[in-house]
Amino acid sequence: MKILVIEDEADLRDILTQSLEKENFVVESASDFISAMDKVGVYDYDCILLDINLPGGSGLDILQELKKAGKTDGVIIISARNSVDDKVEGLALGADDYLAKPFHTAELTARVKSVMRRKQFNGSNLITLRNLSVDFDKRLVSINDTPVELNRKEFDILTYFMANKNRLVSKTALAEHVWGDQIDEADSYEFIYSQIKNLRKKLKTHGSEVEIQAIYGIGYKLNDA
Amino acid sequence: MKLHNYTVLYLSGAMFVVLSIWAAIFYINMLDEIHDSIDDGLNNSKILIINKVSEDSSLLYKDNFLESNYRIREVRKEDYLDFKDTFTDTLLYTEYEADYEPFRMLTTVFAAPNGKFYKLRVISSMVEEDDLIEDLLYSLLWLYIILIVSMVAINYLLLGRIWRSFYSTLKAVRGYKISDKQDIRFEKTRVSEFKRLQETLQDLIRSNKEVFLAQKQFIENASHELQTPLAISINKLELLAEKHPLNDDQLQQIGAVIENLERLTRLNKSLLLLSKIDNRQFEQSEAADMNAVIYKLAEDFEELAEYRRLQLHIEEDGRCVYTMNRTLAEVLFTNLIKNALAHTESGGLVKIHIRNTQVCIENSGGPALDTTRIFQRFYKESGDAGSTGLGLAIVKSIAAVYGFSLNYSYNGLHRFCVHF
Repeated sequence: MKILVIEDEADLRDILTQSLEKENFVVESASDFISAMDKVGVYDYDCILLDINLPGGSGLDILQELKKAGKTDGVIIISARNSVDDKVEGLALGADDYLAKPFHTAELTARVKSVMRRKQFNGSNLITLRNLSVDFDKRLVSINDTPVELNRKEFDILTYFMANKNRLVSKTALAEHVWGDQIDEADSYEFIYSQIKNLRKKLKTHGSEVEIQAIYGIGYKLNDA
Repeated sequence: MKLHNYTVLYLSGAMFVVLSIWAAIFYINMLDEIHDSIDDGLNNSKILIINKVSEDSSLLYKDNFLESNYRIREVRKEDYLDFKDTFTDTLLYTEYEADYEPFRMLTTVFAAPNGKFYKLRVISSMVEEDDLIEDLLYSLLWLYIILIVSMVAINYLLLGRIWRSFYSTLKAVRGYKISDKQDIRFEKTRVSEFKRLQETLQDLIRSNKEVFLAQKQFIENASHELQTPLAISINKLELLAEKHPLNDDQLQQIGAVIENLERLTRLNKSLLLLSKIDNRQFEQSEAADMNAVIYKLAEDFEELAEYRRLQLHIEEDGRCVYTMNRTLAEVLFTNLIKNALAHTESGGLVKIHIRNTQVCIENSGGPALDTTRIFQRFYKESGDAGSTGLGLAIVKSIAAVYGFSLNYSYNGLHRFCVHF
């Protein structure tokens, strides 16, 4: 699984690289328009993280180039512009997804994995973790082949954790992923806590081998060990 | 007080003073002229009488006025030599008026052909000064009234026309907002003072507009520039928290820093959203079904409402469809509903009432809010640390862009209404 990170900000590029390498992806990076064009011209990648504002040119031009070569699959635009126009234009050019900066690495990981999943399993959109399996198309979760009743939000929470297994997920990243940006009141964290409590209870009663661990003060982590 | 009335007031005061002075001078001059012509007449009479006496000596014994206007009395020679002609004003009883009336009297002396000396007094009836003054005053009063009335009329007719371009300028300025995209336009005027006023206003507005735009640009740029460092800081802290075995205290510290950085991020996002709304960057419009938007949001907020034991109730009395940007429609109601949910005490009620052209959101809890300030940026009623204080400002901006009227009222329940 090979990923190209096109990002001019050195710090952000390092973080993205580090974070994706933790997920055992092979990560390459490009810091400007020219080197990015060189790389996408020569190699094939499973996923490309594309910044729009680059020294030497626009990321949208790179996307244009990829479209000509028929290689737009797996492109995720990451833009600081947070602009509807970029999003509309990028998606029109064939990008798979759009992520506005600043974002949580957990959110990026989830998006990358979702892109990968779509590319990999054409048809059977299924992932398994120990005795837990998730069917994304049917939005069905089962433990030891027994279906588990989860509501929409609980399903979103669980799959988000699974995309970020064994990694720290901050409660804000989780809240924003599941409930969108609107959830920004102080007491919403308690609310998330109560939702996760319910989810844990369901996993436990069905004898799940994975568990959600609370990381004090920051968030949660899904352990499969 | 209107300019018209000021002009009339000052002019009528000035007119009063000028007319009074003029009347006094006119009166003195007229009186002078009258005296002059009477005195000439008396001198003429004197010569005629003296001539007549030299022909008819019997007249020398007419020592009373009676029916005629002269009388003659004998004087000694010394008196004759010392005497000079004098004119005096005197009062004499007249039978006609049955009263003393003013007369002009010439006193003179002459030597008769018989060698004796006589004193002659000739009188002439004079204008009655009090009557003259009275007449003059009445005339003046009429003049004054006519002047004032014509002044008021001229003011209203002429000045009204001249000042019309001033009022149109005033109206243009009043209706103009510094955030308006197009420049201000004034009605053309031929009055150079108003032309200068318009030019000055135009310059003032232009320079203010530049400052306004620069400030807006600054907020926008600052928010943009903050995004990347914020993203890096949060992501690095998240990696740090994962990477090393840390104790609970350290984790909590990192968590607190992340939380604050996230607040900053939210604030930043809201500011960017605000400036994008104000810049009208949400151009795409479609027929947005508010009923659908509200139902979707209610579903999104369902768990939160349930968790806080709030009743979220939707009442549909119509179908509200309006052509606008769908994202903004969602942002509008997200903020209103979120605001209502956040400020309702546990167990309370949030009611959304949808009509064809109006959506109202009511919620219980708390005293009435300060209507002048709730839509201001960074205004927070509660000491709520999680709130950015920008939610209702965003709502107001969206309403302003589309020309919706937005109002808040309180009658035991907080009630926010959007009229489309």
